[in-house]
Amino acid sequence: MTAPGQAAADTSAEPLLEVRDLKVSFRTEDGTVRAVDGVSLSLAPGETLGIVGESGSGKSVTMLSVMRLITDPNARFEGEVRYKGRDLMQLNRDQIQGVRGAGISMIFQDPMTSLNPVYRVGWQIEEQLRAHQQLSKQAAHARAIELLAAVGIPHPAQRVDDYPHHFSGGMRQRVMIAMAISCNPDILIADEPTTALDVTIQAQILGLIRKLRDDFGTAIVLITHDMGVVADLADRIAVMYAGRIIEQGTRRDIFYDARHPYTWGLLGSIARLDRPKPRRLTTIPGLPPSLLRLPKGCAFGARCPHRFGLCDERPELLDKVGDGHLDACHLDLKQKEDLRETTIHPELIEEAK
Amino acid sequence: MLTFIVRRLLWTVLVMFVITVVVFIIFFKTPGVDPARAIAGRNPNAQTLAEIRAQFGLDRPLPVQYGLMMKKIFITRDLVSYSNQGVRVVQEVFAATPATLSLVFGAAVLWVVLAIAVGIAATLFRGTVFDPLLMVVALVGISAPVFWVGQIANMITQGTLHGTFLFSWVPPLGYTPFTQNPALWFKGLVIPWITLSILYIGFYGRVLRANLLEVQNEDYIRTARAKGISERRVLLRHSLRTSMITFVSLFGLDFAVLVAGGALLTEVVFGIHGVGYLTWQALTNLDLPTIMATTIYGAFFIVLINAIVDIGYAWLDPRIRPT
Repeated sequence: MTAPGQAAADTSAEPLLEVRDLKVSFRTEDGTVRAVDGVSLSLAPGETLGIVGESGSGKSVTMLSVMRLITDPNARFEGEVRYKGRDLMQLNRDQIQGVRGAGISMIFQDPMTSLNPVYRVGWQIEEQLRAHQQLSKQAAHARAIELLAAVGIPHPAQRVDDYPHHFSGGMRQRVMIAMAISCNPDILIADEPTTALDVTIQAQILGLIRKLRDDFGTAIVLITHDMGVVADLADRIAVMYAGRIIEQGTRRDIFYDARHPYTWGLLGSIARLDRPKPRRLTTIPGLPPSLLRLPKGCAFGARCPHRFGLCDERPELLDKVGDGHLDACHLDLKQKEDLRETTIHPELIEEAK
Repeated sequence: MLTFIVRRLLWTVLVMFVITVVVFIIFFKTPGVDPARAIAGRNPNAQTLAEIRAQFGLDRPLPVQYGLMMKKIFITRDLVSYSNQGVRVVQEVFAATPATLSLVFGAAVLWVVLAIAVGIAATLFRGTVFDPLLMVVALVGISAPVFWVGQIANMITQGTLHGTFLFSWVPPLGYTPFTQNPALWFKGLVIPWITLSILYIGFYGRVLRANLLEVQNEDYIRTARAKGISERRVLLRHSLRTSMITFVSLFGLDFAVLVAGGALLTEVVFGIHGVGYLTWQALTNLDLPTIMATTIYGAFFIVLINAIVDIGYAWLDPRIRPT
């Protein structure tokens, strides 16, 4: 792993986006589902923030809420999302439309279904351009071709008139990215951008995102369940579990100095070539708690191998050392350091025996 | 696209040929039925029967019989009705076509416009009482039989309320050709149009609402929103556009069936002498030549309009366009 390069952002600057105590819940027949339960995040200009967690941990819901893209009438939102001096949660429909696609844009998990099948890709890019900029049809078309070229689509002048079904999955994701960056947004939210793609294509798309970040200085929020993806790209990482952030720090903090047993579990589940080969990858036993009935104490408690008495109380996300590395676990720092390696790599214990 | 259209039309010709064969076999070769007797209508005399046998070549091989029949329908067009004293059947069907087309076209315009309005309104008012209310009204519209609605409409507009300012403009039952008096043509068709379209407005409105709501959850609608375009544009250019694919294929079938004589009940109730009315008359008189002509006419229309719908479908949905 290389040290963060010039892409590493100046985190001390005024945040570009700041989420404060965001709560999202859905009323269902069985009760209230707390999908996001008090998430606070900040994103500096040009920074890449990785949000990691398993399905249902609330990572996508958090960012969809920032974009106000959740239309479910049963959803309830609380909290604040500051962007350019405004609270996005309070904007009216016209105002939020001015932010979407222009200031903040988003790409999604499944490129096969994310483009409208009945319109040419060029048309779809032009539609976004013309929604935010005063452009003639011809100018928008020319710009769409430029954008397709920028995301590495061969023969863009011809491809611009093709329909989405003429493109492969990787190419469609490139079209989505071209659309997302069409209005030079400050922030690009990528919601599992490579999950639905082949491994070789995944690397290409991540490379493209990295290139765009370096070329245009776009801040990126990268939502993923794949530790490998954030290891590559993120300056900072937030780990989510059951609707909350349970650990947050720089990429170095998370990969070399993780302080939450759940993060250890995630790290243990990565297949690594630079370590002795384990007999099998570590898994985290059990399942995440139901978001309908979250436990009183630590949400990870039931699955945690290091659970103790204090865990019946919910731990707060705190910076206990004062180094900007936050975690929500009652273990003290010494215990964490002792337990970490053996939890991530249980085969080390076996070897010791 | 052009080769697709040509291929589709050639296919249509083939289907039409198969239909004529099937219709011919059903009418002429149903076991236990003497086609001469069937053609001759009620109580024929021996001389008429002999005449028919000679004319239709009923003692000759089957392909010859088929050929003679098709010649009478398509080339010489001298197929005559026996129960209706020598009326030329093909000409009669063609003469009845403008009335049917007037009725069905007008009703179709009404039902497409109003069904889209109902579908969109129900989607926009989702979550309020207005949506389920609209759907119940639509369901009532679907459930009301067209002949009953027609009779009630007649009772009101021709009877009880005809004297009042509300319906004094409604002319007596019947059809006035457009070329004869456009104003009267229009006035005479307003009530039939409404009557015929009620069922379809309800049905299409509900289908469109279901489609629109289904499309709302599609990823590309979320993408459209994420682009920052207006909700109105998301609805009209994205949701409605893709929802119309189902709508159009349904429309093609229903429209074709109605033009083919399916508006029979409406035509009979309002005394509009269209193809449906003709079929109804022929059925009550056991007038086989007329029934045969209207059947083939109807089948042709359905096949032809289906071809047009397929072409329109390819225009709406680029995924099925051949490349």
